[in-house]
Amino acid sequence: MSGHVSIKLASERVNPSVASNNEIPRFFTPGEVICGLGDFMRGHGTYLEDNNIKSSVAGVMQKVNKLICVHPLKSRYVGEIGDVVVGRVIEVQQKRWKVETNSRLDSILQLSSVNLPGGELRRRSAEDEQMMRQLLKEGDLISAEVQSIYSDGSLSLHTRSLKYGKLQQGVMVKVFPSLIRRRKNHFHVFSFGISMIIGNNGFIWISPIPRELTNEERNVNSDTSSPEVSKHERKAIARMKNCIAALASSKMMLDDNSLRYAYEESFKYLNVKDLLDTEAMLDVAFLTQHRINDYDED
Amino acid sequence: MPGPDLLSSQGLRLDGRRPNELRRIRCKLGVFTQPDGSAYLEQGNTKVLAAVYGPHQAAKSKMSTEGVVVNCQYSMATFSTGERKNRPRGDRKSQEMSLHLRQALSSAIKTELYPRSQIDIYIEVLQADGAAFCASVNAATLALIDAGVPLRAYACACTSSVAWRGSQPEPLLDVGHVEEAAGGVCLTVAALPSTGSIALLEMSHRLHMDYFEVVISRAMQGCRDIEVILDKAVREHLAEGWTKQDIVTI
Repeated sequence: MSGHVSIKLASERVNPSVASNNEIPRFFTPGEVICGLGDFMRGHGTYLEDNNIKSSVAGVMQKVNKLICVHPLKSRYVGEIGDVVVGRVIEVQQKRWKVETNSRLDSILQLSSVNLPGGELRRRSAEDEQMMRQLLKEGDLISAEVQSIYSDGSLSLHTRSLKYGKLQQGVMVKVFPSLIRRRKNHFHVFSFGISMIIGNNGFIWISPIPRELTNEERNVNSDTSSPEVSKHERKAIARMKNCIAALASSKMMLDDNSLRYAYEESFKYLNVKDLLDTEAMLDVAFLTQHRINDYDED
Repeated sequence: MPGPDLLSSQGLRLDGRRPNELRRIRCKLGVFTQPDGSAYLEQGNTKVLAAVYGPHQAAKSKMSTEGVVVNCQYSMATFSTGERKNRPRGDRKSQEMSLHLRQALSSAIKTELYPRSQIDIYIEVLQADGAAFCASVNAATLALIDAGVPLRAYACACTSSVAWRGSQPEPLLDVGHVEEAAGGVCLTVAALPSTGSIALLEMSHRLHMDYFEVVISRAMQGCRDIEVILDKAVREHLAEGWTKQDIVTI
């Protein structure tokens, strides 16, 4: 077996940054004085010492009226109500699931905030608590929405919509949450045969477009075998996964537009695996950045 | 007082540095993608990798409602020192180092912000050429900043020793392995230089009280110098990774 192997010297490593023509703002680093107390209020990423507001993280300052915050370049996911997240069930507890969402604390999905499959109404009974593991078990991936935030900062999720629920058959990619651009819609269906959930928490779910099932079909194979994914779809999913990796390594913001551009540009490389090369990744990121710039100018 | 001859007649040290000179520090943030934050730091020939995971949900046994639990693990590579030696993680020296690291870094992290959470800090020494602990603290600080963990200030660490010029003490900054092995006194200081507070102080051998002041002031000077270097590295890293969209417009 002879494969293509490329080993590089450390000095020849590719610098993944894509030059974009934006000016560098003022950065603050931990312990640096931002301003005197005045009548400002201190927000996230700052603290008060000796009547000065100081930064506690390295990043850019944002001022909203009198509130001063410093946003770090990257951090764990900080949830906001209404965010779409993708998470993994790690524990089944009494009347609730613990979900790992890349947040500071594990998120919680209450049994009372899920819809049963098939739109069946839940009866509060002991049996239905015992059925929890049949609904979602440890290791399952779900998509959900942030319903509320507890006082300690942990998130409460809900899946009370047909959009949300258990995820089957697809690929999950993890990126830093700060790379996800907030949009109105985080569910996307692309014309090239894949659908995506771009979770605000940096977990991205790529799956084939679900076929519309008739009601009888749904009843027949509700929780048995899932439909087969064709080779064409698998290739598209793998290509998209590599495109995400390429954009993330160049620290580019991810949304439906940038990913669609990257996917289209990536056809310069016919084999999907060629995209794993660092030069190819940089090239795709560069071409994508170019198209975004062009689009912005128009 | 006779001591090992650490200064030449020209006033240079064994490796050619002046007494108040640091070894060259090179560092890089964000070297790994898997952890939340990571850093690589070279101080002379001492090379250290640091990785930070968290803050994440603390294990039930460790959980504290007061603040975040800082968990450090210090380990040295088999090939890090002159003689190859397999060091299991639980050995006495690395356990002690882990405890010291935790003490130094806990004082810098704003622990009260994240109750019931835990931060894991993993340190791997790739090459030990003196002052491995200092390099570990400095690398861990960079990794914490990369992870976006709120800090009071930079935590920097530096060592200093003392040599004798005639009968006058001459403090030496940033002790290398050769000078460490020569058997002089070695004072390790971990400090938050911008606030001037000391997080950890450790001294090997004995030193007369009269000379302590000069030795510690030199070490503190070293910490301040290191802070400047780290700050510069952080700013460069920010400038490289910053994208225009990072500021949310409301």
